[in-house]
Amino acid sequence: MRVLGGRPEGLTSLSMDDELDPRARLVVVGNGMAGARLVEEVLERGGGEQFRITVFGDEPHGNYNRIMLSPVLAGEAHEDDIVLNSHDWYADAGVHLRAGVRVERVDTAAKVVYAADGSATAYDHLVLATGSHSFIPPTAGVRTGDGGLLPGVYGFRTIDETRAMLAATSRCRRAVVMGGGLLGLEAARALQGHGLEVDLVHAMPWLMNAQLSREAGAVLERSVAALGITVHLDVLATEVLGEGHVEGVLLQDGRRLDCDLLVVAAGVRPHTDVAVRSGLEVERGVVVDDQLRTDDPDVYAIGECAQHRGSVYGLVAPAWEHARVLADVLTGTDPTAEYHGSRTATKLKVAGVDVATMGVSTPERDSDEVLVISEPKRGVHLSVVVRDDRLVGATLLGDTRKVAYLTQALDRGTALPEERIRLLVDLSDGREEVGVADMPADSQVCNCNGVTKGAICGAVADGCGSVGAVMDRTRAGKGCGSCKALVEQVVEWAADGDVAEDPAASYYVPGVPLAKPALVAAIREHDLRSVSAVFAALAPDGREDARSKMGLASLLKTVWGTDLVREKDAEFVNDRVHANIQRDGTFSVVPQMKGGVTTPAQLRRIAEVAEKYEVPMVKVTGGQRIDLLGVRKEDLPAVWADLGMPSGYAYGKSTRTVKTCVGSDFCRFGLDDSTQLGIDLETRFQGIESPAKIKMAVVGCPRNCAEAYVKDVGVVAVGSGRWEVYVGGAAGATVRKGDLLATVGSPAEVLTLVGRFLQYYREHANWLERTYDFVPRVGLERVRSVVVDDAEGTCADLDAGVQRSIDAYTDPWGQDGREPATPGQFRAALPLLPLPLVPVR
Amino acid sequence: MSTVDTRTADTGTVDTGTADTRPAAPAGVRAHAVARVEDVPPGEGRAFVAGGVQVAVFRLRDGSLHATQAACPHAGGPLADGQTDPDVLVCPLHLYGFRWTDGSSTGGVPPLTRYPVRELDGMVVVET
Ligand code: SRM
Ligand SMILES: Cc1cc2nc3c(=O)[nH]c(=O)nc-3n(C[C@H](O)[C@H](O)[C@H](O)COP(=O)(O)OP(=O)(O)OC[C@H]3O[C@@H](n4cnc5c(N)ncnc54)[C@H](O)[C@@H]3O)c2cc1C
Ligand code: SF4
Ligand code: FES
Repeated sequence: MRVLGGRPEGLTSLSMDDELDPRARLVVVGNGMAGARLVEEVLERGGGEQFRITVFGDEPHGNYNRIMLSPVLAGEAHEDDIVLNSHDWYADAGVHLRAGVRVERVDTAAKVVYAADGSATAYDHLVLATGSHSFIPPTAGVRTGDGGLLPGVYGFRTIDETRAMLAATSRCRRAVVMGGGLLGLEAARALQGHGLEVDLVHAMPWLMNAQLSREAGAVLERSVAALGITVHLDVLATEVLGEGHVEGVLLQDGRRLDCDLLVVAAGVRPHTDVAVRSGLEVERGVVVDDQLRTDDPDVYAIGECAQHRGSVYGLVAPAWEHARVLADVLTGTDPTAEYHGSRTATKLKVAGVDVATMGVSTPERDSDEVLVISEPKRGVHLSVVVRDDRLVGATLLGDTRKVAYLTQALDRGTALPEERIRLLVDLSDGREEVGVADMPADSQVCNCNGVTKGAICGAVADGCGSVGAVMDRTRAGKGCGSCKALVEQVVEWAADGDVAEDPAASYYVPGVPLAKPALVAAIREHDLRSVSAVFAALAPDGREDARSKMGLASLLKTVWGTDLVREKDAEFVNDRVHANIQRDGTFSVVPQMKGGVTTPAQLRRIAEVAEKYEVPMVKVTGGQRIDLLGVRKEDLPAVWADLGMPSGYAYGKSTRTVKTCVGSDFCRFGLDDSTQLGIDLETRFQGIESPAKIKMAVVGCPRNCAEAYVKDVGVVAVGSGRWEVYVGGAAGATVRKGDLLATVGSPAEVLTLVGRFLQYYREHANWLERTYDFVPRVGLERVRSVVVDDAEGTCADLDAGVQRSIDAYTDPWGQDGREPATPGQFRAALPLLPLPLVPVR
Repeated sequence: MSTVDTRTADTGTVDTGTADTRPAAPAGVRAHAVARVEDVPPGEGRAFVAGGVQVAVFRLRDGSLHATQAACPHAGGPLADGQTDPDVLVCPLHLYGFRWTDGSSTGGVPPLTRYPVRELDGMVVVET
């Protein structure tokens, strides 16, 4: 077995276990998240001088981040990435790690630790950090004769169990997960991601009953079911079936669920056996006082194995607080440090289901105030509990935007807004304003355009009275746009709240005072087929506006397909010449390479063109194709003709690339033909005009090698011919994991669903609004109800709308290359400067 | 006018100093016919060389002609590739706007140099 965080073969560490060493002996039992953190905290306080430290861990590995086992099981994280302290780390820190050695008993009178390898280790201070183990309910058939678990049955606590389950996913088809708490839900989702059919059995009447109210639990149940996980509530599993390997589970009500993998996530129990055998006081956990001391003055307990003031915690934050306080006490940094309990907060790490809870979930006293906002259809349930004007609990389901603010309010006990609704609904939470005031004047607000807070304040002082005016003046927020909210806050702060309402904020483009729906209606009503006709009919005084032209040109293409009057001056230069302008006025040329698949013949042609036109740089793009950079404008038509390949639309507000992975044709993990589906998607949706660029990817399994989870549209093969379709993902200026829209049973269904989603987005998104803003703005549930469930009866229209655009597709290179659209379309714009100015590699 | 070759800017300049129809130009300023009017499509711009000076010529949708320096004062962007309306020219590189009236920028970068331009017998004549 591979040791996680292990040392390369042949490296040994010298330990100075010398009777002459004057330092006190600190022994830690348990090399988990609490034990290792304690060692770190002690060393940080200079404890290396005071203590000879020995750590026992019965796992052979270094210390790893147990929380991350969920993403590891889901295939979203690699086990190497979750190592916190490797064996090397201990060696470098002079800490003696006894990995793979289990402690059996402590003689507290002689102050000696006895371990399973027969060793006896003396200590001056002993810390128990033995954590918890999975609780396996005593169900018939779950164990074999020798007391071990029936093969195919797993707890979910360690990396070894996670590895075993991962290995099993390729053999198994159906899983049952026992337990509908955090761990069970995360396990269920992870296994489902590997293509298994998953049944979740929960003995309580609602999911996450320890953290959620019944109402919230019901909302969660809907969201989980929507992911495709079958949930069975309020029922016990009475028997595990199977001889030699699990075959199924029998439920109390007589139903039988077949499975070849069973995960038991029915809670954890503190590891107290060492403490019990050593005669320490143990109730549910090892009982400790406010200094984490057991009833023996030299023995301490921290983390999940400790019981403090009646509470045993199952989360990492309290364990880390324990480690801090105990390190203060042991090193004498603060000999009076005390621990007074933790307020706990949890987050469910399941894609597509956002759950965050903190403090209490329901009112406990008559005087407690409660505020609940529940929208079960959208999967949203928000609630707060307020006691004596202080926040004592919050539950956020389906919308966790307020989590940071509420966490702060709970932790710091800050004053709450009079209108309690502000706690849950964004009417500005006041937090950023404080942040803005504290920002130094030279701190950069807009990184794209290098605009500082001071520059924004200067613009306000010079009389810019609205956010729009400040943005025009400074260009803050005009790059990637991700800083817009901050720019607004700085402007408001600088103007002391005296900011003119920006009516233009709701307009589709600044020069026509209409929001998108009204604008589209007016275009249809007046039959406006050109950008200048739109200005003439709808702009104030019929006045043209340069900055509105590109958005209008795009919208007209979406509304009319090919039936419009094209005006070249309405187009941005990139669209005029079908290439992307570079800093020196040259252009880049990216030929289409569907799904990232090319041929030797294509490569040869690209190479020949690059040589013939002295292209200064040939580069493989992040979009799986090849970019010819620094092409002279006047060479564009000839370059296209020689390439003989269609445009890849690398410049357009349109569908761009569909990235793919090698999929089932070649990859040993491939569950389906992702390459072909990617090519089919690109073929069908190539060049389609949209409010902003659309990037797609298709992957052959949830390892996600082509990054489908972070694309506007991402498609993931999950086996048995099924495909998950994610929407609203991005990994540019904004990083957002896409939301699971639906799981469908064939490539044809993927094409239909993607077409519907694209058309819905094209019709409803604002100009330049990427799907990562659009989907959360509209709400996933809404999108799903329209494009999956046809709740508004519009699917046929969406299908027809996107089909119209598909039929209207022509390759712009094939067209304008032969016959310029306007005189001088490809005439150099900077004739005298030696080009290119970009350094040639 | 058959001598006017507007295919490439370096060869496309004809000094109207040699033409009879030449209007009186102030001392030190010379007028150059750089193109036929229809070589600049409505709403768009094209770059030319007028007496050794690179200029960008624009024909707005209202028919008016404007000429500016060809390289953007901000970072040298090709202004002839920009977009226009009756008030401003917008550079394609970083989208700063420049007013036709006085060349000043709407976004706080240095102003543009403008050149007198007019139509003469179907030719675009720029004074530099
Ligand atoms: C060529 C390429 C970089 C490369 O060398 O690999 C590239 C180049 C540019 N990207 Fe990109 N992006 C390229 C892949 C990406 C990717 C990766 C991907 O597509 O998988 C991303 C992140 C994914 C995403 O968009 O979610 C990406 C996120 C951006 C963004 C941020 C968009 C956002 O809203 O977050 C911008 C800025 C924008 O669109 O306003 C941008 C803008 C640009 C522009 C077009 C800037 C501009 O307006 O001139 C760059 C053009 C350079 C030029 O002069 O030609 N590029 N850009 C990649 C072309 C891919 C292709 O084959 O089409
Ligand atoms: C899949 C998963 C997801 C989780 N997600 C979250 C989350 O999102 N948020 C959160 O706050 N918490 C989460 N947790 C809980 C979190 O991991 C624990 O709270 C944390 O690990 C507790 O730390 P600990 O050191 O007390 O126990 P552990 O990390 O379990 O460490 C105890 C160590 O002691 C060793 N040990 C036990 N007995 C002996 C002995 N006799 N001799 C030697 N060694 C011994 C064990 O092998 C183990 O390595 C999750 C847990 C799991 C399993
Ligand atoms: S290619 Fe993309 S990341 Fe690179 S400089 Fe241009 S916009 Fe920025
Ligand atoms: S070069 Fe013209 S705006 Fe930057």
